[in-house]
Amino acid sequence: MALLEIRDLHLGMRSFEGEAHVLNGIHLTVERGEIWGIVGETGCGKSLTGLSISRLVSTPPGRYITGSISLEGRNLLTASEPEMQSLRGRRIGMIFQDPTTNLNPAFRVGEQIVDVALHAGGLDPSILGVGAKASRSERKKAARNLAIDMLAKVGIPKAGERIDDYPHQFSGGMRQRVLIAMALIGRPDLLIADEPTTALDVSVQAQILRLLYDLVQEHQLGVLLITHNLGVVAQICTHVAVMYAGNIIESGSVREVFKNPNHPYTTGLLASVPTAKMKRGELQGLPGSVPNLLAPPPGCRFAPRCAAVQPRCTAAIPPSVAVAAHHEVACVLAEPHASAAA
Amino acid sequence: MILRIENVTKDFKVSHGPLARATHFTALKDVSLSVGKGESFGLVGESGSGKTTLTRLILQLDRVSSGRILFDGTDLASLSARDLRHLRSRIQIVFQDPYASLNPRMTVHDIISEPMEIHQDTLGLNARQRTDRVVELLELVGLGGQHLFRFPHEFSGGQRQRIGIARALAVRPEFLILDEPTSALDVSVQAQVLNLLHELQAKLGLTYFFISHDLGVIRYVCDRVALIYRGEIVEQGETERIFEAPESDYARLLLSAMPEPDPDRSPFRPPAASAG
Repeated sequence: MALLEIRDLHLGMRSFEGEAHVLNGIHLTVERGEIWGIVGETGCGKSLTGLSISRLVSTPPGRYITGSISLEGRNLLTASEPEMQSLRGRRIGMIFQDPTTNLNPAFRVGEQIVDVALHAGGLDPSILGVGAKASRSERKKAARNLAIDMLAKVGIPKAGERIDDYPHQFSGGMRQRVLIAMALIGRPDLLIADEPTTALDVSVQAQILRLLYDLVQEHQLGVLLITHNLGVVAQICTHVAVMYAGNIIESGSVREVFKNPNHPYTTGLLASVPTAKMKRGELQGLPGSVPNLLAPPPGCRFAPRCAAVQPRCTAAIPPSVAVAAHHEVACVLAEPHASAAA
Repeated sequence: MILRIENVTKDFKVSHGPLARATHFTALKDVSLSVGKGESFGLVGESGSGKTTLTRLILQLDRVSSGRILFDGTDLASLSARDLRHLRSRIQIVFQDPYASLNPRMTVHDIISEPMEIHQDTLGLNARQRTDRVVELLELVGLGGQHLFRFPHEFSGGQRQRIGIARALAVRPEFLILDEPTSALDVSVQAQVLNLLHELQAKLGLTYFFISHDLGVIRYVCDRVALIYRGEIVEQGETERIFEAPESDYARLLLSAMPEPDPDRSPFRPPAASAG
């Protein structure tokens, strides 16, 4: 059974001007040990996909129209709130983009991590390594030791001393490590990392990516890495899903998608990244901008910006076709697998 | 050379609490660099390395502790307040965050014409001429005059950054400081803005002082580049030379940390293992 399976997920978002269809039929399967990159422009729904998995989208204004999200067979969309709370911080870990706003400035980082550890330990005593009958102070002590271990593991020097520091005493990279430690302390099976390195310097980014990669190797986590940095995806991800205006328009193994992009949007996105051989002025951006989701264009939502647009593009949203093993594309031009192999 | 920075050091007084003795923090240490007219000069460094301090010194928002900054041959520190204001019309800046750097209560027209009002004595434009100039600038950055009386929230990130560029160009500067102008934008939009900057440079003969931590962007845009680390310049030279044959350890470190969008060049994937 797949670790995470999202089937035909549709999410509407109510606003003053009407309901925007922000997720428009997401299909995604994540297995243990896989790192999935979710890429796309601002507003394409990548963060909402991540938030939907831990059910952090408030409803209303959000409304799940159809679809299911299952974590090892259990449908998260119909789970009760207490049930979700038992998953968050334990089975599902989340890292958010901005390390400065996701730590409470009024509490020492230790307290904040210990909170998560106690919550996870309450659900699974083996995490703290103390017996089920242990007293509150014993559990607290175990949680604190675990927090120090975790901070050391994510590369914070002198973790035993730093645990009693406040968030402002840490640099951006160190704060992000604290958040990673917090997300991992409950030994999650699925880690959702929403732009974990966007606010960081490249050298720190490289360290954080290394850390994530090693943790996946060690614990066989499934990871959803939400980012707009294609370089990061190429380096660390095993698979990638390219999103555009609420749809996954191309997905598959990183190598397949990056080496052999089939969808004009993926091609355009990859061509937007400056490379070593490019002369000034040669860079090709994607013309236009993302559509208004309150009144999306008919059919393929990329059609108005697409260079290869055809009359049939506006008829319906093109279905996903497998153009190769582990490579699906939702475009009318995509050739199915059999002929692609010939 | 339009800008010469000679042995600039900048110290800040830091005091930890009212009773503690003030200590000094050296934000910039003996920094020297020069930017030629019409070239694109890149400044690369991590957060806290002194990039922003250096731009604040160039704009004379802070005073140097020692050393000199010469713009077109004049020492900035020697200028009177009046001359300095005049000089500022020649040096303009585009900020990093197009969401925070435009006043949400001002129309695009007011945002772009404000610097022209401030530099009224240099430019000598009346209200009508300023409006004409705003329309001209909007067209120059690819937006068009129909946006004149809209507010910033009606625009996307890329469009806002175009407004920021139009505002910087309003007073006909020669020297443009670009402080991470594309780091808040999507790659597709970043490409559009980079190409716009390239066109503008050719059209208007601008000199760019381009600050970024994105080495891919720096390589694409800049003729020469300086790497700054903890307030010191560790390496500077022709962009291609630094990228092809870095001399300092720091340059090598930065280059190795730069994620390339090529799955085959990932440090996590040994080529043999990924061949399948």
